[in-house]
Amino acid sequence: MKFLPLIWAALWRKKTRTVFTLLSIVVAFLLFGMLQGVNAAFNSAVDRANVNRLMVANATAFTESLPYAYLTQIESVPGVSAVSQQSWFGGYYQDPKNFVFSFPVEPLRWRRIGTEYRIPEDQFDAWVRTRTGAVVGAQLAAKYGWKIGDRVPLHSVIWTKAGGGSDWEFDIVGIFTSPEFASRENQFLFNYSYFDEARVFGKGRVGWLVVQVADPRASARIAAAIDHLFANSPDETETKTEKEFQQSFLKQIGDINFIVTRILFAVFFSLLFATGSSLMQSMRERIPELAVLKTVGFTDAGVLRLVLAESVMLCVLAALAGLAAAALLFPALRDAIGVVTLPRAVLAEGVVIAVLLALATGLLPAWRARRLSIVDALAGR
Amino acid sequence: MAAIISLRNVVKRYLRGKQSVEVLHGIDLDIETGDFVALMGPSGSGKTTLLNLIGGLDTPSSGEVSVAGVRIDALGGARLARWRARNVGFVFQFYNLLPQLSAQRNVELPLLLTSLSAAQRRRNVQAALAIVGLSDRAHHKPSELSGGQAQRVAIARALVSDPTLLVCDEPTGDLDRATADEILGLLQTLNREQGKTVVMVTHDPKAAEFATHQLYLDKGELVSRSTKAVA
Repeated sequence: MKFLPLIWAALWRKKTRTVFTLLSIVVAFLLFGMLQGVNAAFNSAVDRANVNRLMVANATAFTESLPYAYLTQIESVPGVSAVSQQSWFGGYYQDPKNFVFSFPVEPLRWRRIGTEYRIPEDQFDAWVRTRTGAVVGAQLAAKYGWKIGDRVPLHSVIWTKAGGGSDWEFDIVGIFTSPEFASRENQFLFNYSYFDEARVFGKGRVGWLVVQVADPRASARIAAAIDHLFANSPDETETKTEKEFQQSFLKQIGDINFIVTRILFAVFFSLLFATGSSLMQSMRERIPELAVLKTVGFTDAGVLRLVLAESVMLCVLAALAGLAAAALLFPALRDAIGVVTLPRAVLAEGVVIAVLLALATGLLPAWRARRLSIVDALAGR
Repeated sequence: MAAIISLRNVVKRYLRGKQSVEVLHGIDLDIETGDFVALMGPSGSGKTTLLNLIGGLDTPSSGEVSVAGVRIDALGGARLARWRARNVGFVFQFYNLLPQLSAQRNVELPLLLTSLSAAQRRRNVQAALAIVGLSDRAHHKPSELSGGQAQRVAIARALVSDPTLLVCDEPTGDLDRATADEILGLLQTLNREQGKTVVMVTHDPKAAEFATHQLYLDKGELVSRSTKAVA
């Protein structure tokens, strides 16, 4: 701690240069926090996928539908304890930018599968009874100020109604929470019966099926049995675990992990040179001062540690500022990815990267400072 | 008195490109405790090289350098650095203060290597600044001080760890006559009243008059020595 004022003063010897170096690191770590945060949020959703669930989709493409009748056939497969179904509604509220994760489901089937959702009993009953009833996640309700009793229109970019138009009206009869999966509180669920009766096309079909298995160790066998059941039919199925399903769903968007990794690699690679050259220049300018430190008794190793400490302080402080900014801005992504806080693992990862960056950029100037000859340095050689 | 500094057959060679240049040729020298020695001679005579060897900033190519009974020519890197921190105070022509630190922080530098507490360090720094008459400039940066004041701060930094030996390389070379005399008077006081042994390189015969002994080097050899009667 007693060396802190010395390190701090050396860091601010050239204020403008230090400010620009700091800013470049802050921006890099802000980018890291946001991108890696999104990546981690997606990965976390995949990692936390329910091991008891299988997802059955059309083998041709995930976007192709399946006959509703498959649902009852799958229920008879040994080891299956429940089956539900969902479809992609593609709805938005008032404006296309207000996209809503909306799905038609059958409440009773959905409830047997969706154990992570919490909804008061009376609200659930109201949903079962109300044809146009919908239940919405707490975050979504808060976002648009929706409350029970409200009539809410959603415009579907896919489904048109028999009477014409793509505007669908729903009565909000319940608000659910999902304490363990906060992102699910952005969902909008409504009655499949209402949806299926009112839509112009695709009647009697569903997007995908969600299968609950009694024993997760039997998942592979059950998945094979389901796919075998519909082999050589017009709608062959491909059954995956929920985790595999989510991974392939994310790949529809793109390989997020690959993209994020490549962007961050490019950012940190250029940062390595920018910060490294800045620290190197700073060391060169301070050669006489470093020689004075050695003259008064600082050892070679002591001077090396001082220069490295400067680099660590610069990188870690800037990284913390960048990560703090990312943590503050991250909730703004809630609408897009449904996550409200930057995962702590990303913050910890950021600090580790900052220390590695500091060591990588500081090692060369520190080593040069260590090897500095007092006599040559004082003589200006 | 016993010799605090003893050099025996000291040779120093430097490599200039591929050529080896001998700067000091077999120097034998004894400096007694409490002496104030002025090292004089023309440019390139080896004064600063000799001073660097005495102060442990450099090591001889051959020969022995003993200071206060310690063979410093046999000490390596970290041990030599620690020896310097305990035994030698350095004063340079251009003060060599760290520009971003206040006078107080500059003086404190050698004490950062000790186990003294922050409070003890502060007390010692205040005492050193008081000795050089700069207590009221403790929080000023070097750029806010005159040349004479900056050199006083450098002397305070040299004194603060209470070394037995002060090594000064042209300490008045960058100062006007009046300020130079003040600085030399201060070194003289430290020598007389605090018993510091002072070895000073200078070109200036007037500066050399403040010393008790004058040594002349020419072409890497000690050519004469004179001693002044202490007033």
